[in-house]
Amino acid sequence: MQHLYERIDRDPRFHALARRRSLLGWGLSAAVLVAYYAFILAIAFAPGLLAMPLGPDTVLTVGIIAGLAVIVMSVALTGVYVWRANRTFDGLNAAIVGDATRDA
Amino acid sequence: MHQPLMSSRRILTAGSLLWTGSATAAGDAAPINVVAIGMFLLFALVTLGITWWAARRTRSAHDFYAAGGGITGFQNGLAIAGDYMSAASFLGIAGLVYTSGFDGLIYSIGFLVGWPLIMFLLAERLRNLGRYTFADAVSFRLQAGPVRSLSACGTLVVVVFYLIAQMVGAGKLIEVLFGLDYSIAVVVVGVLMIIYVSFGGMLATTWVQLIKAVLLLTGASVMAIAVLALVGFSFEALIARAVERHPLGARILAPGPLVADPVSAVSLGLALMFGTAGLPHILMRFFTVPDAREARRSVFYATSFVAYFYLLIFIIGLGAVIVLTGETRYTDAATGLLRGGTNMAAIHLAQAVGGDIFLGFISAVAFATILAVVSGLTLSGASALSHDLYASVLRRGDANPQEELRVSRMATIVLGALAIVLGIQFEAQNVAYMVGLAFAIAASVNFPILFLSMYWRGLTTRGAALGGFMGLVTAVTLMVLGPTVWVDVLKHAAPVFPYKHPALFSISVAFVSIWLFSITDRGPRAQAERAAFRDQYIRAQTGLGAAGASRH
Repeated sequence: MQHLYERIDRDPRFHALARRRSLLGWGLSAAVLVAYYAFILAIAFAPGLLAMPLGPDTVLTVGIIAGLAVIVMSVALTGVYVWRANRTFDGLNAAIVGDATRDA
Repeated sequence: MHQPLMSSRRILTAGSLLWTGSATAAGDAAPINVVAIGMFLLFALVTLGITWWAARRTRSAHDFYAAGGGITGFQNGLAIAGDYMSAASFLGIAGLVYTSGFDGLIYSIGFLVGWPLIMFLLAERLRNLGRYTFADAVSFRLQAGPVRSLSACGTLVVVVFYLIAQMVGAGKLIEVLFGLDYSIAVVVVGVLMIIYVSFGGMLATTWVQLIKAVLLLTGASVMAIAVLALVGFSFEALIARAVERHPLGARILAPGPLVADPVSAVSLGLALMFGTAGLPHILMRFFTVPDAREARRSVFYATSFVAYFYLLIFIIGLGAVIVLTGETRYTDAATGLLRGGTNMAAIHLAQAVGGDIFLGFISAVAFATILAVVSGLTLSGASALSHDLYASVLRRGDANPQEELRVSRMATIVLGALAIVLGIQFEAQNVAYMVGLAFAIAASVNFPILFLSMYWRGLTTRGAALGGFMGLVTAVTLMVLGPTVWVDVLKHAAPVFPYKHPALFSISVAFVSIWLFSITDRGPRAQAERAAFRDQYIRAQTGLGAAGASRH
C-alpha cells in the first residue's frame, strides 16, 4: 500500500482534488458556523431583534424566520456538498486511484 | 373501556406502594392502556423476528459491529436519524415548544447544525480510515494503547450517562403511558435491548432503528397534519392562534428564560454542535455502509429526516398550545400545568386529535423509540469494551475474531444489566443533566481527538491522550460544580461554577492541551507519528486501502 500512497502523493491531480474538496468543505462549514453563531449571538446579545415582528400585519417574528432559515439552510448545504461530490469529486478520485493502481 | 382496568391498576399501585415505597400518588396513576400495550407487543414481536433473522447472519465481528458493511446510504441515513430522534427529543422538545415556544426552536437548531459539519469534515474521512469504532480512525497513526483506552473511556462515559437518562425517562414514561410499574418497565426495556444487540448485533439494531424511525416519522406527520388542518393549513395562522392562546402571548416568539446569558448561549451551542459530531453510537454507524460515497449519502438523508422531524415537532408543540391550553382534561385547573408533566404535551395532543387508538399508537412509538435508542447506545458501548479495550489494548490486536465476538456479546449483557440496575437506582433522581453531560463530554473528548487526528499533522499520542483526558476531567468537574448538579442534585446553596453548560470551557481546554502536549512532544515516536500523516491523509481522501463491505 505504501508505494501506492507514494505514487498518489506525486500525482498533482490528487493535490488539486484534495484542495478543491477541502475548499468546498471548509467554505460550507464556515457558512453554517456563521449562520448558526449569528443566530446564537443574537439570542445572547439582541433578543429584542429576534422578537421583532416582520411587518405591521403579521405575528411572524424575525427570530422564527431566522430559525427556520437555519434549518432549511443546513439541509440545502449538505445537499450541495453531496451533489458536488457525486458530480465531480468521485470521478476525479476514481481516475487518480485507477492510474495509481493500474500498473502497480 | 378503561374503567375496570383502572381499578386493578389502583390496586397494583397500592401494592407497589407498600412494597417499594414508590412515591406515585394514586391520582397520577395511569390506567393500563390496552391499545398501547397491544401495539407495543406487536412491535416487540416483529423486532424479535428480525433479531432471529439477523442473528443467523451475524457470524463475524465485522457482522456484529458493522452489519457486514452492507447497509445502504438511505437505510443508514434513516437509522442515524432514528438514533438521533430519541423520546427525549420527541417529547422533550415538543414540551419545550409548548411551555416556551421559541426556546424549543433553539434546541432543535442546535441539535441539527452538527450534521452539516459531520458531512463536510468527518463522514468520508471517518469511513475511509476506520473499521468498527471511531477509535480505529484515531489510532491509525497513533499508539493504540493510550489512544484507544481514552476513546473507549470517552465512549463508555457518554454511553452510560446517555443510557441512564434514557432508562429513567423510559421507566417514567412507560409508567404513565402504559400503567406498568417503573421497575418492570426498566427491566422490559433492558432485556429486549440485550436480546436485540447480543443476538442480532448491528444488523438487528439497524432494523429496529429503521422500523422505529418510520413509525415515529409517520406518527409525527399525522399529528402535524391534524394540527395544520385546525388552522386551515396556514403556518401564520398556527402561530397567530398559539400566541392568542398561550399565557405568555407574543413572548413565545422570542428567546425565553432557557438561555440566560451570552456565555451559556454560546456554550450550549458548542455542546450541541460538536457533541453531535462526537457521539460514539452515531459515529459507529458510518462503518455499516460499503464506502465513503454511501457514508456521504447517509449524512444527507439523516440531516433531511432530522430537519423534517424538528419542523414537525415545532408544529406539534404549537398545536399543543392551541388544543391543550385551558382544557381541564389535559391540564390542571388550578395551576394550568400539563397533567403528567411537560413531556406529555405530544402525548395529550395525540389523544386530543386522534382519540384512544392514536394515543395508543403514539405511546407504543415512544416506547419503541426508547428501545431503539438504548440498543444503539449499548452496541456502541459494547464495541468500545470488546474492540477497543479487549481486542486492541488488552490482547494487542491478537484476539481472534470469534473470541472478540464472544467478548462483545458478554459486554452487551454486562452493559444491559448495568443499565437496568442504574435505571432503577436513579428512579427518584433528576437525570435531566445527564444528556447534557453526555453531549459535553462527546464534544470535549471524542470530537477534539477525532478531528485533530484527521486534520492536524502535528498531533501525537501524548497530545491526544493527555489533552483528551484534560477535556474529560474539565467537562465532568465543571458539570458537577455547576448549577445543574451542585445545586439541583446535591442541594448546595450556590454553584461553584456559575454556568449550566461547561462545553465552551472544556472544549477550549481540550484543544489547547492537545496542542500543547503535542508540540512539546519531540521523541522519535512522535516524529514517526507525524511522518505517518501523509499515508493517513491519502487514504482518508481517496479511500484506497479502506475496509470494504463483506458479502455473504
